[in-house]
Amino acid sequence: MTAHETARAETQQENRELWRWEESRWTNPDIDWKAGGIISAGIDVGSVSTQCVIMVDGELYAYGSLRSGSGGEDSALRGASRALEGTGMTVDDWHYCVGTGYGRVLVPMAKKAVTEIACHGRGANWMYGPSIRTILDMGGQDCKVLRVDERGKIVNFAMNDKCAAGAGRGMEVFCDFVGVPITEAGERSFQVDEEPRAVSTTCVIFAKSEAASLLREGWDVNSVLAAYSLATAQRVVELMQRVGLEPELGITGGIAKNRGVSERIEKEIGMKFNARTWHNPEYAEKEVPFDTQIAGAAGAALFAKALAEKQKGK
Amino acid sequence: MLANWGYQDGSGGYFIVIDTDVCDGCGKCVEACPEAVLEVGEDPADPLRDDPVAFVTEEQRKKLKFTCSPCKTYLTAGGKEANAGSTGVAKASDRKNLPCVASCEKEAITHSW
Amino acid sequence: MITAGIDIGGRDIKVLLLQDGKVIARTKAAGGFEQGKVAENLVTKAADDASVQREHIERIGVTGSGKKYAPPHDVDITEIGSIAKGATFVMPSAKTVIDSGAEDSRGLKVENGTAKDFVTNDKCAAGAGAFCESMARALEVSLEEFGKISLTSAKPVPINAQCAVFAESEVVSLINSKTPTEDIARAVNDALAERVVAMVKRIGVEKDVLVVGGLAKNVGYLEALKRGFQTDVMVPEYPEYIGALGAALAASEQ
Repeated sequence: MTAHETARAETQQENRELWRWEESRWTNPDIDWKAGGIISAGIDVGSVSTQCVIMVDGELYAYGSLRSGSGGEDSALRGASRALEGTGMTVDDWHYCVGTGYGRVLVPMAKKAVTEIACHGRGANWMYGPSIRTILDMGGQDCKVLRVDERGKIVNFAMNDKCAAGAGRGMEVFCDFVGVPITEAGERSFQVDEEPRAVSTTCVIFAKSEAASLLREGWDVNSVLAAYSLATAQRVVELMQRVGLEPELGITGGIAKNRGVSERIEKEIGMKFNARTWHNPEYAEKEVPFDTQIAGAAGAALFAKALAEKQKGK
Repeated sequence: MLANWGYQDGSGGYFIVIDTDVCDGCGKCVEACPEAVLEVGEDPADPLRDDPVAFVTEEQRKKLKFTCSPCKTYLTAGGKEANAGSTGVAKASDRKNLPCVASCEKEAITHSW
Repeated sequence: MITAGIDIGGRDIKVLLLQDGKVIARTKAAGGFEQGKVAENLVTKAADDASVQREHIERIGVTGSGKKYAPPHDVDITEIGSIAKGATFVMPSAKTVIDSGAEDSRGLKVENGTAKDFVTNDKCAAGAGAFCESMARALEVSLEEFGKISLTSAKPVPINAQCAVFAESEVVSLINSKTPTEDIARAVNDALAERVVAMVKRIGVEKDVLVVGGLAKNVGYLEALKRGFQTDVMVPEYPEYIGALGAALAASEQ
C-alpha cells in the first residue's frame, strides 16, 4: 500500500459523513390511526441504510429512512423511532411487523422475516403501479433484478450479493479512492468532453489500481468516474438481460439516486426507467417524497397486512 | 417463477436456475449433489407459497463457481468424457449430465455455465 | 554470459541476475508510480550487489503484468512462460506450479520447461493475494506473521463474504467482537486456498507441486493448500523471484 493510499484510508473514517444519502421521514396528516384498521409495519435493515414504513389498512401512514447503525437490532429500533416521530403511535400499536433486508432476522418487533426479493417486488408494484414488470434494485451490498406480474408477485429474479463491484459498496469505495462524495459522483461523471471507455475489470480493487494509472496518464477525475460508472452499468445490464427486460421498467434503491450509473444503463439497453413518481395519485397530490429506498419496507408492510389478515382468519 | 441463484463478479456469471412452477420439492437433486449446494424448504422468494421448493443454500449462493467446479471438470456425455477443463465452463450440451440436472425428472434445474 | 530478468508485478518489481546458469543477485522494490525508473535502478543495484559492472549484463528479459512499463530490453516473455521456465529451473521434477501474487493467481501444468495447460484468475481479488493483504492490514500484522499466527488456530471462524472488500468489513466486525486473531487469520487463509485449489484442480494436480509468488511465504496459506490438494507442496528458496528468473533464463537462451 502506497503512502498515498494509507493517508486516504486514514481520512476515510473522518469523511464518512460525505457518503451519506439524505435521510427522510414523512407522516400522512389525513389518517387517524386510532380510528381503527390494521396497522402493519415493514422494516428493511440494509447494510448501508434502514427504512421503516407504517401502513393503516394498506395506506401509507408514515415512513423513516436513515443510515444503518451499529447492528441489525439497533438499526431496526432507530428506523422505527424515526418513522414514529410525532405520531403518538408506539411499536406496541402495531398488529404485525415484517422484517426484511440483510438484517431481517435481527428486527426484534418482527413476527416474520421475509426476503427482500419478495418485498421489493410488492413494494415496487405499490410505488410504481400494476404496469411495472421489471425492477432493478441496487443497495449498498447487493443488486437484484426482478420480473413481476400485475400484483407484484415475482415471476423471475436474479440477485447478486457476492461482489462489491456489483453493489453500492463498490461505488462508495471507488468514490472514496478518487476523493469525490458519492452524492456528486453521478453529476460529475457527465462533466466530461467525451465519454471514455469502461475500466477493464469491474473488480473495484483492481479498478482502483487502474484508476491510479489513468490519473497518472493525465485523465481527470470526472473521466475516471465516468469509466468506472460505465463498467458498473455494463455489469448491471448483464444481470438484467439474464432476467429479461420486459417493459415497464422501474428502479429502486440507492442506485436510483446515482444517474451516473442509471442513465448509462438506459443507454445500453435502449429503454428508460419509469419516472420516479407515485402511481397512487393521492400521494402525488400530497407531494409525499418519492424515496426509492422505501420499496423494500413498503412491500414488507404490505406482507405484514396480508399475514395479519390471515392470522385473524379473514 | 424462475429463481436464478448465484452471482456475477469480475470473472463472469454463475447461476443455477430453478423453475419453481415445475419443481415439486421431491428432493432428488439434494441427494444427487455431492457438495450440499441445494436444499428443499420454504420458498425464499414467495412467503405466501405453502409447498416446499428446491433452492440453493444461502451459504453456497456466493461460491457456486468453486463448489460446482469438480462436477464440471469431468462430465460424461453418452459415454465420452467431456472436460470443462481450464475454462471451468461446461458446454451447454454437456450440462444436462451434471448430477443435479440429471436427477430432476421435471427438468426444473439448469446451470448457466 | 550475464543476463537480467525483470518481473514487473501489480505491486512489486523483482530483478534477478543470472550468470552461466547461476543466480548471482536478487533484489526487489515497490513499483509505485514510476515502474520504468524503479526497474532500471534495481538492475543497477543488482549489478552492484553481485560486484559486476552494469555494462556486463548482456541481455535483459522482461515479464509481468506491468511489462509495458519496462525500460529498454531484449526479450519479452509472458508470465505463464516465465513461471514455467523458472519453476523447472529450481525444481525439475515440478509438474504442477501454483503462482500466487498480489493481484492474480495461476495454476500451470509444466512439462519440459513449458506450460502444457494453465488456469488464471486476474479478474477477482478474492482469488488473489489482495484478499489476504487487506485482512493482514486490518489485523495490523505483516503477511508473514499473518501466516504464522494462523497455524496456531484450532478453530477457524466462518467467513461469509466471498469478496475481498466485503470480507474486510466482516473481519473488522470480528476484530471488534474480540474474535482471536489466529482464528480470523486461519479462516482467511483457508478461504483463499479453497478458491485457488478449486481453480487449479480444473487442470488436474500432479506431483510434484510447487508454489511460487509472494504468497508462498504465507505458511498458513501453504498448509491450507496442502489440505486442499491432499498432497505436499514445495516452495523454492525465493518464491517471489521465479518470474524474474524465468525472464533471465529466456534472455540467456536466445
